[in-house]
Amino acid sequence: MATNLHAKESFMSACSDRRTGGHFAGTCATRRQVLFSSGVLFAWSCLPKLARAEGRDPRLLVMVLRGALDGLAAVAPVGDSEWVRLRGDKALGLTRGPQGAPAALPLDGFFALNPAMPNLHRMYRAGHATIVHAVASPYRERSHFDGQDVLESGLTRPGSVESGWLNRALASLEPAGAVNPKAREGFAVGPVTPLVVRGAAPVMSWTPPRLPPPTDDMVMRLLDLYRHTDPALARVLEERMNLAAIARAGGMDQPEKPAQPPQPGAPQLPGAAQRKYFADSAGAAASFLARPDGPRIGALSFDGWDTHADEGAANGRLANLLGALDGALAAVETNMGPAWRDTVVAVITEFGRTARINGTEGTDHGTATIALLAGGAVKGGRVIADWPGLRDADLYQQRDLKPTTDLRAVLKGVLRDHVRVDDKVLARAVFPDSADVKAMGGLVG
Amino acid sequence: MENDRQHDAALALHRFGFGPRGDAIAKISVDPRGALLAELDRPNIARIDDPALLGSAEAAGAAFDFRQERKAQRLAQRANQANQAMAPSESNAAAAPNPEKPRNPGPGLPQQLYLAEAKARFDRALAADIGFVERLVWFWSNHFCVSADKVRPIAGAFEREAIRPHVLGRFADMLLAVESHPAMLHYLDNARSIGPDSIAGRNRNKGLNENLAREILELHTLGVRTGYSQADVTNFAKVITGWSIVPPRQPEHGGEFTFNPRMHEPGAETVAGHDYADTGFEQGKAVLLDLARHPATAQHIATKLARHFVADEPPPRLVDALRSTFIASDGNLEQVARVLVSAPEAWETQRTKLKRPGEWIVAATRATGVTAPDAKPIIGTLNMLGEPLWRPPAPKGFDDVNAAWLDGLAQRLDIANQFGRRVTQPVDPKELVETVLGPLASPETRQAVSRAETRPQAIALLLMSAEFQRR
Repeated sequence: MATNLHAKESFMSACSDRRTGGHFAGTCATRRQVLFSSGVLFAWSCLPKLARAEGRDPRLLVMVLRGALDGLAAVAPVGDSEWVRLRGDKALGLTRGPQGAPAALPLDGFFALNPAMPNLHRMYRAGHATIVHAVASPYRERSHFDGQDVLESGLTRPGSVESGWLNRALASLEPAGAVNPKAREGFAVGPVTPLVVRGAAPVMSWTPPRLPPPTDDMVMRLLDLYRHTDPALARVLEERMNLAAIARAGGMDQPEKPAQPPQPGAPQLPGAAQRKYFADSAGAAASFLARPDGPRIGALSFDGWDTHADEGAANGRLANLLGALDGALAAVETNMGPAWRDTVVAVITEFGRTARINGTEGTDHGTATIALLAGGAVKGGRVIADWPGLRDADLYQQRDLKPTTDLRAVLKGVLRDHVRVDDKVLARAVFPDSADVKAMGGLVG
Repeated sequence: MENDRQHDAALALHRFGFGPRGDAIAKISVDPRGALLAELDRPNIARIDDPALLGSAEAAGAAFDFRQERKAQRLAQRANQANQAMAPSESNAAAAPNPEKPRNPGPGLPQQLYLAEAKARFDRALAADIGFVERLVWFWSNHFCVSADKVRPIAGAFEREAIRPHVLGRFADMLLAVESHPAMLHYLDNARSIGPDSIAGRNRNKGLNENLAREILELHTLGVRTGYSQADVTNFAKVITGWSIVPPRQPEHGGEFTFNPRMHEPGAETVAGHDYADTGFEQGKAVLLDLARHPATAQHIATKLARHFVADEPPPRLVDALRSTFIASDGNLEQVARVLVSAPEAWETQRTKLKRPGEWIVAATRATGVTAPDAKPIIGTLNMLGEPLWRPPAPKGFDDVNAAWLDGLAQRLDIANQFGRRVTQPVDPKELVETVLGPLASPETRQAVSRAETRPQAIALLLMSAEFQRR
């Protein structure tokens, strides 16, 4: 109890500036050991009582990848004869690709993992990671904003942003301990709270002591905009952001030239900053989830997955992002310590991308993608897929990987079997109007 | 026609105001110029009469008392520690856990005053319908800048007392209010300038400080290289010896302006070709009045105003119009402001000026509806972007040309990136482009915003777009 209060006080003092509404640009005081990301942990009052009665102490961390992850580039169907036809020299394979692209990491003979994710591969082989492929939320259009609304609200249609499915799931749990109502007042629902955890259940949130770096993608978009609208600003941005360095780190020019080590005093490469940011954020969340008296459920979001141009699946931008995600998963594993065996990390994204490469070496908004589950509580070492195939006629609207698994089935399975949320509650409150979407069994345990 | 009016409405808000808030573009599109002029007709629109804000004399006194108190506490603490060190060891163990680490007492009074003044200032800018008059306040406050690093407790009061009442009044009145304000007299050292032949000068063998006199000529009125000489500076400095401050510790009038005849250099002086008999305080007022009416001053002010609102190299016709109005109206700043927003050049010129950091962050806040309980977030942002509030690097104030602010673009991206994440209302970025930029938005910007991968990214791109950055 005493340590618990201490933890709350840390959050309160760190976030006191934000209690009346919040603002921008590092309004939180710095408490490095606690506060690294814009993310949320649920209050300890929502400890899952039923699971505890079984002698377990489950942890669940949800990572939302905003921008739409190319599931085919993350987990490639190397055993599908159509795969290389679709992606050509951008298709990941089990042998080294053109320009020294590293080989993908074999999973089950049909699927292979992006080579930027050795930690996930290790977890998979240890039976602690599962990939669900050809999965999608009920959303079938291709707007990021709406797609994220559906993904995080848990509703079937966009537009509702009052509460998220994770919050409603937690609100339904019977509190496991006595709650001091006064102490609860201290929890600020931060303005950076991802929609997936917004709602009635009390949450604590935190913001980084330093600004998260703009993603390479953000810089490239802005630069592209300036090039078309304001050459003077484009010039300045190019100089200031040291774009040559970004391009090198992202493999966007002269891939044959070995990357230069950063000069002393040179600005940190955004790629490296992003990697550190992912790992710091996820690691900080895990440190709290690991505490015996800490929160049990949390959520984070990572941006930058909208790879329209120069996707770089094997050794470019997407590889960097997946590498950063891999580092985040490893940081969770490390900081969880022994609690890793009670942990599920669920990685989800709003939709997938086109099956084919577009005219700018990237992929456009698509439909089905992957969901990742990692953690000691995962019954892993499997790729779960009702594989739709990649022939033109197999594709959704002849362009996207066709969804064959409802993402809600996966999430319901985790919530029911790991956290012990009741089936009826899942169908009614957590994912409304989803009675016909059965929870996927056997994901944990 | 309707399109033109929409365009002018958006331009009015971005060039002359703090950017749209809510449906401001639609609201003023019936008559954008008329809406700007209407702000000038609102009585006392520039004033901030908040009884909770201390006047400069009161603030200076309170800050003095505060420093005395802190000093006494420190002395007491030190004595206490010395006693404990000498006391027997068992009483040491029973002492408070961390006697050497006193509790952080929080921001001191000067900082509290600074924060309260900052909040009042930003609240005004955030709430303004258009903000043209407020932009004029910011312009003049930078023209006649002081630095909070030197006068923290009264930097905000200075703006309220010396700038705001005259921003639509006469330039000569503002000039006199500024140069006789304790903040300016302290900032540019005139409070300690003593005429060598004055009573105080003969007694104490102290002398002249030319700082304020030089900056009045170079920065506040005539402008640099307009023909005045070192002799003009020295003579003017002598004229304004005795313009000083009642010591804040004095219970009566402490912290107020005073003319101290004992410090005033006796005798007539010649400044910029005019002779001024020694009439004490009136001698300095007479010089200021002539400087205010000098054609070089009119040229200087006209150029700076046009440069601030319109272009680094302002259209000569616009500068001419402002200059001749300034002269013809005897420095009537309301009339000058009217000419500024009525001149065709003020509307036809391309939007090439980068908004200054403060202007940009206020516009971003208005556009997105993000709120804060106090001024700290904006102050922190301005520190990052190189325009710390009331803390210019030199008496010249913050630069007003693009080159000075372009370098901060990368930092603006950091801020915009963070800002986008703070917007919690379910805004539709495409609609936001309409209400914030309207007809000013290029097809490329519309597309970039609508294709952004997240709402926060869409908002960041909007705030970073050239159309939003430039006025």
